[in-house]
Amino acid sequence: MKKEGQIRIPSGCAISGIINKDGRRIDGSGISKSIAVMHDRSNGLGGGFAGYGIYPEYKDYYAFHIFFTDAEAKRQCETFIESHFDIINQSELPTKKIPEITDEPLIWRYFVTPRPAKLLESQLDEEEYTLRCVFVMNTRYSGVFVFSSGKNMGVFKAVGFPEDVARFYRLDEYAGYSWIAHGRYPTNTPGWWGGAHPFAILDFSVVHNGEISSYDANRRFIEMFGYKCTLQTDTEVITYIWDYLVRRKKLTLTEAAEVIAAPFWEKINAMPDKDRERLTYLRTAYPSLLVTGPFSIIVGFKGGLLALNDRLKLRSMVAAEKNQTVYIASEECAIREIESSFDKVWAPVGGEPVLVRLNGDLS
Amino acid sequence: MPINYEDNIYEVIRNRERCINCRVCERQCANLVHKYSAETGEMVSDSMTCVDCQRCVSLCPTKALKIIKNINTYRDNANWSESAIKSLYKQAESGGVLLSSMGTPEPYPVYWDKILINASQVTNPSIDPLREPMETRVSLSRRPQNVERDGEGNIVNTIKNALTLSVPIMFSAMSYGSISYNAHKSLAIAAKKLGIFYNTGEGGLHRDFYEYGANTIVQVASGRFGVYKDYLDAGAAVEIKMGQGAKPGIGGHLPGEKIVDDVSKTRMIPKGTDAISPAPHHDIYSIEDLRQLVFSLKEATNYTKPVIVKIAAVHNIAAIASGIARSGADIIAIDGFRGGTGAAPTRIRDNVGIPVELALACVDTRLREEGIRNDIALVVGGSIRNSADIVKAVALGADAVYIATGALLALGCHLCRSCHLGKCNWGIATQNPELVKRLNPETGSVRLINLVTAWKHEIEEMMGGMGINSIEALRGNRLMLRGIGLTNKELEILGIYHAGE
Repeated sequence: MKKEGQIRIPSGCAISGIINKDGRRIDGSGISKSIAVMHDRSNGLGGGFAGYGIYPEYKDYYAFHIFFTDAEAKRQCETFIESHFDIINQSELPTKKIPEITDEPLIWRYFVTPRPAKLLESQLDEEEYTLRCVFVMNTRYSGVFVFSSGKNMGVFKAVGFPEDVARFYRLDEYAGYSWIAHGRYPTNTPGWWGGAHPFAILDFSVVHNGEISSYDANRRFIEMFGYKCTLQTDTEVITYIWDYLVRRKKLTLTEAAEVIAAPFWEKINAMPDKDRERLTYLRTAYPSLLVTGPFSIIVGFKGGLLALNDRLKLRSMVAAEKNQTVYIASEECAIREIESSFDKVWAPVGGEPVLVRLNGDLS
Repeated sequence: MPINYEDNIYEVIRNRERCINCRVCERQCANLVHKYSAETGEMVSDSMTCVDCQRCVSLCPTKALKIIKNINTYRDNANWSESAIKSLYKQAESGGVLLSSMGTPEPYPVYWDKILINASQVTNPSIDPLREPMETRVSLSRRPQNVERDGEGNIVNTIKNALTLSVPIMFSAMSYGSISYNAHKSLAIAAKKLGIFYNTGEGGLHRDFYEYGANTIVQVASGRFGVYKDYLDAGAAVEIKMGQGAKPGIGGHLPGEKIVDDVSKTRMIPKGTDAISPAPHHDIYSIEDLRQLVFSLKEATNYTKPVIVKIAAVHNIAAIASGIARSGADIIAIDGFRGGTGAAPTRIRDNVGIPVELALACVDTRLREEGIRNDIALVVGGSIRNSADIVKAVALGADAVYIATGALLALGCHLCRSCHLGKCNWGIATQNPELVKRLNPETGSVRLINLVTAWKHEIEEMMGGMGINSIEALRGNRLMLRGIGLTNKELEILGIYHAGE
């Protein structure tokens, strides 16, 4: 049977996210409880988390979390890293052996910064340089998958139920101002941890529930610009779309949401001039980045979270607010599990992003 | 008297019991097949000149007529087919180049028929176009590299001259001269009411049709017939015709008989002279010359109109398209070798060029490999026969399609492939006023609108089935396609998997 990356595997899912707007850091147990309530939305074939603000002591360095299938893959990849980055710290990612999680690959973490001479020679900015290096590692070496590459953030994922994945990675020992989580229900046995979610590139991470019908239109567009969809999953391509629109094209997060879940033309044509001009431009300039089919996504980024439904709202998603904390999840029960009363609970309208940022510049 | 080797291809069968000798068939046939015999008091037919256009059959009030193939049989020969032998006789007789009309009838593979479309089951929902919005609107233009903002940080809409279509279908180039005034008028009215575009072809634009300019693409071909400032200004876009799928590598020839009053005025050439388009544009001998013409036309129209470059699908199409994408053109139109024509040398029509499906797939792939696919829009034509062909074309990578043969069929054409004779009984490919008036532009335009509307519904149904509610999300979405009965090489070029994979 083909492994994930050689074949496209659709999947259903559960997602959850928490952010403290005041920057207060909380450990990963809360998000784990939240996603665990939606146990039946996943089938034990993938779970994962991303936490932001978890590496304050290394906040200026890219944190690479990497899966290696064997020592040889690790050796080859490390040679590459050493020639392109200064490694500030490297260690095995702390895990705990539990019966529910098996067949783990080698999982390592590297805090790195681009080697100044190499960076200069590449004529790229630091982020683009790092992104391209990540794609080289993920495509050139078999058995290597860099699944987290941002600063002061990290992705933790595995084949298993999400609550077990949290215990495996000892998430109660990390503290972050925001967390997102994912429980996966793939329609095939992935057998490779890379296929679990979140997907992340640089500071962007995405959890996603749905199966997008625009996948190959989106993939073939984004691959023109140096991105490689090595795992052929919806979430992977959505992650790259965010990076492309926001980091490369300098769109705001809201504008990027207007490309990804664009309003219908009928609605655009009835808008005031300024909005109509902007949306007409965005839909005409980036028609191939419209994402159709059911999706609910939570995008993690430095200093905030963004939640977005497809424009028909074909997947459930609920948001809630209590004091300085905002919760988002596939089902309301996942929010009520960790907080009993709210200032506000609402179901975001399809295509309208929920954007939450830290107050001031706390990131 | 020399032996006449020619044999009639079709035979008129008249049911004597039904025939009432009303002489409708006689009046309808410009080829003079039917005539009334005063001696016998009965209708007689000369099948020799019959082109099987079905006009008499359609109009016979008692359904007394039938046209069948002549069953006279030459001795079987798998190598020397009957049509090969007959063609040879014709040339031995005339010493001339064989002429044909419309797309090649030869049994080349039709890849549309070897591609299957996907639908949603369980893991994502299909969408019902009767209950949910379904978008078929597309915009054709160059797309900007960078986002520009004003002083307040608002995005500036820098895309000013896109062609916006309510559905990704346009009527392809057919010149006034090759087709009639009424045929042109039907296309113009329909394009306007549908919110799409029709194309003048290379024969200029009749004064009467300037009012449809907002839905008109004006063509500039190698003969430059009818090209002047007002003409360029009249259209919504300018198309440079470099080639035509039915006759790649050669120009055109409209015989003097068709250059009647208005045609002569519109083309700006003397009445009765042959209108000959040279094979190449004599100011374009290379890609850098094309760039100059693109920008000359943009200058002439003050950068208010997109420029389309239309090319025939030939072997090296991917590299050519890549060059055009960098020429400053906004849209590339590719015409496949099954595309129609008003007249072409038979041997060229039947042997030169490649199918549009393969051309489209390899061009789209190549432009993506070079990272420039988003810079330019891609329109394909050359035998788009139905809505499923359009869905497949868009999923392979087209922004929109051109239809011409399909549009003529809607107007009554029965594909008798005799346009070059100028005696079209349906009033389409003729300048004979008696024949032209048979086509009513109001009725014709309604039939065109019906056709495109029906196809739009079908496209929406297929998109909905795939869980797609905007045609933009279908473009280049090749995972929605599977090949059936194709070789690995064909699948590789089309960039799709085989059914079952």
